[in-house]
Amino acid sequence: MTVELRGITKRFPGVVANDGVDFEAAAGEVHALLGENGAGKSTLSHILSGLYRPEEGEIYLNGAPVTFQSPRDAIDAGVCMVHQHFRLVERFTVAENLILGDRRGAGRSFRLRPGAVVDQVRRLGERYRLPVDPRARIWQLSVGERQRVEILKALYEEARVLILDEPTAVLTPDESSTLFETLREIVAEGRTVIFISHKMHEVKAVSDRVTIMRAGRVVETVKTADASPQSLASLMIGRTLETVRRAREDAPKGGDAVLAVEGLWADSHRATTSLKGIELDVRAGEIVAVAGVAGNGQLELAEAIAGLRRPTRGTIRIGGRAVRAGDARAAYEAGLGYVPEDRLGTGVAPNLSLSMNVELKSYREDQAGPFLRLGRMRERAEHAIDRYQIKAPGPHAEAATLSGGNIQKVVLAREFAGKLKALIAASPTRGLDVSAVETVHKHLLEAAGRGVGVLLISEDLDEILALADRVVVMYEGRLTDAPRDDVEAIGVLMAGGDTSR
Amino acid sequence: MNNSLVVVLIASGVAYGTPILFAALGELLAERSGVLNLGVEGMMLVGAAMGFWAEQRVHIGSGAGALVLGLVVAAFSGAVMAAIHAFMVITLRANQIVSGLALTIFAGGLGLSSYLGTDLNIADVPASHTFHAFFPSSVQNWPVVGPIVFGQNPLVYFSWLCVIAVAYYLARTRPGLNVRSVGEAPGAADAMGIDVGKYRYVHTLVGGAFAGVGGATFSLAITPTWNAGDSLVQGAGWIAIALVIFAFWRAELCLVGAYFFGAMQALQPELQARNISLGPTELWSNSLPYVATVVVLVLVSWRGSARRLGAPAALGTPYAREEA
Repeated sequence: MTVELRGITKRFPGVVANDGVDFEAAAGEVHALLGENGAGKSTLSHILSGLYRPEEGEIYLNGAPVTFQSPRDAIDAGVCMVHQHFRLVERFTVAENLILGDRRGAGRSFRLRPGAVVDQVRRLGERYRLPVDPRARIWQLSVGERQRVEILKALYEEARVLILDEPTAVLTPDESSTLFETLREIVAEGRTVIFISHKMHEVKAVSDRVTIMRAGRVVETVKTADASPQSLASLMIGRTLETVRRAREDAPKGGDAVLAVEGLWADSHRATTSLKGIELDVRAGEIVAVAGVAGNGQLELAEAIAGLRRPTRGTIRIGGRAVRAGDARAAYEAGLGYVPEDRLGTGVAPNLSLSMNVELKSYREDQAGPFLRLGRMRERAEHAIDRYQIKAPGPHAEAATLSGGNIQKVVLAREFAGKLKALIAASPTRGLDVSAVETVHKHLLEAAGRGVGVLLISEDLDEILALADRVVVMYEGRLTDAPRDDVEAIGVLMAGGDTSR
Repeated sequence: MNNSLVVVLIASGVAYGTPILFAALGELLAERSGVLNLGVEGMMLVGAAMGFWAEQRVHIGSGAGALVLGLVVAAFSGAVMAAIHAFMVITLRANQIVSGLALTIFAGGLGLSSYLGTDLNIADVPASHTFHAFFPSSVQNWPVVGPIVFGQNPLVYFSWLCVIAVAYYLARTRPGLNVRSVGEAPGAADAMGIDVGKYRYVHTLVGGAFAGVGGATFSLAITPTWNAGDSLVQGAGWIAIALVIFAFWRAELCLVGAYFFGAMQALQPELQARNISLGPTELWSNSLPYVATVVVLVLVSWRGSARRLGAPAALGTPYAREEA
């Protein structure tokens, strides 16, 4: 089915999310919608799926104008959306989620018969390589499986236009490529897939055409085959992207270890042993990357060093000084900075203002007795907004209202403020768009340039190759040294293999 | 045998538990749609007053007609009270706890219900008709089941029908599935074209109607009279709210819990009548429902166990679609 949007404008208090957007996707194509966070992609898709009503503009399906008062109208017209944050009822079974709101299929009877759709779900699952147990409850499923349920839901509703909002954000690389195959099969039947993303290589891999959005407007629509990742990136951010790369000669020669971990053992929160004798040194000015598939002990390592998890054995020295185990304040006072993986939960206090968040650690240094010096805190927050180019209404804005990239900048501003000697950065760019990634990388390099020892924990090999002086691989709670530039060897070690043979 | 303490306690537990059961079923429906309504006590008091008034003022043939009309008026007035709460929390997205408490204070013993009752001149007169035991006394004298099952008034049997209806509705029907989805994940329900606001309004209002009927159970069956203040309902609305948690948001367990709390209320007078002394009986039997309530609430708030126990995930949270 052909989809056409003409002159769509949608305003939210203080922002024009979509500003006269024209968009068109043909039947049988995967059409990517590319743009940075906040470019208006999600708003546009919410309008097309009936969740938002535009202030101006029209929607045409196969040339006929339509108006959607609710998502149901869109579904009935054949437009279904797979949201980034899944819209599933966790306590229901897969089948129950499918028949929710059903008006056509076997689920529309007054008396509930979820069993009636079980076979149909199985058949759809086999045909589109979306295997899910129809009787399983959603909370029992992995994130990848939940996404399959969302796609099945759309197929069950006989969607002819399927919109996916950043579907790969929650998937492993393997799951992503399976998803791409599924999408190809879906469009092969003359359906339309609109694929929303801010990752160039995915757009290259899956789409036929790309529409690039920036700041609420459409910049251009191009054939994917004619575009390079670089050209797409510059269309997306409106300038050429700086490549942030660590040069070999930047690595420090010798020097003292600012972070030294000896014989560290720790348990995970499930009381299984997740760190098994970690030995690790990070020198001043050095960037050491810990590669590995998530869940192999990276989180525990970061938390143990930051004093958020009490190790069962081992010592941690920061700036040459042994730090009391499980004491986050001692770690901070010894000169450790921590950029946690869980940005919104651990990185900031979401409901506190930006200025409070920037000062969460350093407020002690100049408080007047029990009183905070709010004026001075505000000044420093303004300084941080300036220096880190944080996009926020002001120092009073609540942290939770900022975008992911800006939250990360707040975290960096706070962690870089003290007398920093060593820094742990855990997945510091996960989920960020390209310009935010660029900024974070620049700040990390800058910190290393100032003599801070950086421990970069990341699953992103591109990031590791771009930044690291030295690479270690974490697998099942142990660290192995890896050759810095040998991607294959790192990959083998990440999978638990042995490169010495 | 029918005079043994256990049988008498169960029989009066069923009788005294019935208003709690009605109110709990109503609260259950509202909460399953995601709306916490702490105004139950107030809605019950208004239902008690209006139900009693309607039954006193209307003369249609036999007493049965007047009693049924009393129930209908009680249900309607409970729903009207609930509509205030619904408007506050669904349309205006006000805090549900504050709005519910305000409703109880506004409608409660020192507020609207007392004003209405006094204004309508229904205080301290005996009811012209009341709900009586339904079955002939020969059947009521059957051992054990006689007093417990057949010695009850028609409202008790009506409440059983309601339990079955509510349980079936929630578990086995499509609107029931829709309500549960609205209470669990309004975003998901909305995306599937279910009108979240409509479902919440309807179930909050029906919940209020149930509370009204529960109140009228007091004024038309248990203590068939009306007096100002809150002595008529005596905290049954609060017990009903705790009971919903206690029953893990399931209708059939509400029935068991309601009768347990009902029996607690009957315990003290029964013990006294039999000259059995278990220490300061009045103190602990009167406070037991409230102590049990507090214990339940503490257990439930313990480390998010509420979800495990079956609390609707979106309970207490307003839903808005266009919040960017």
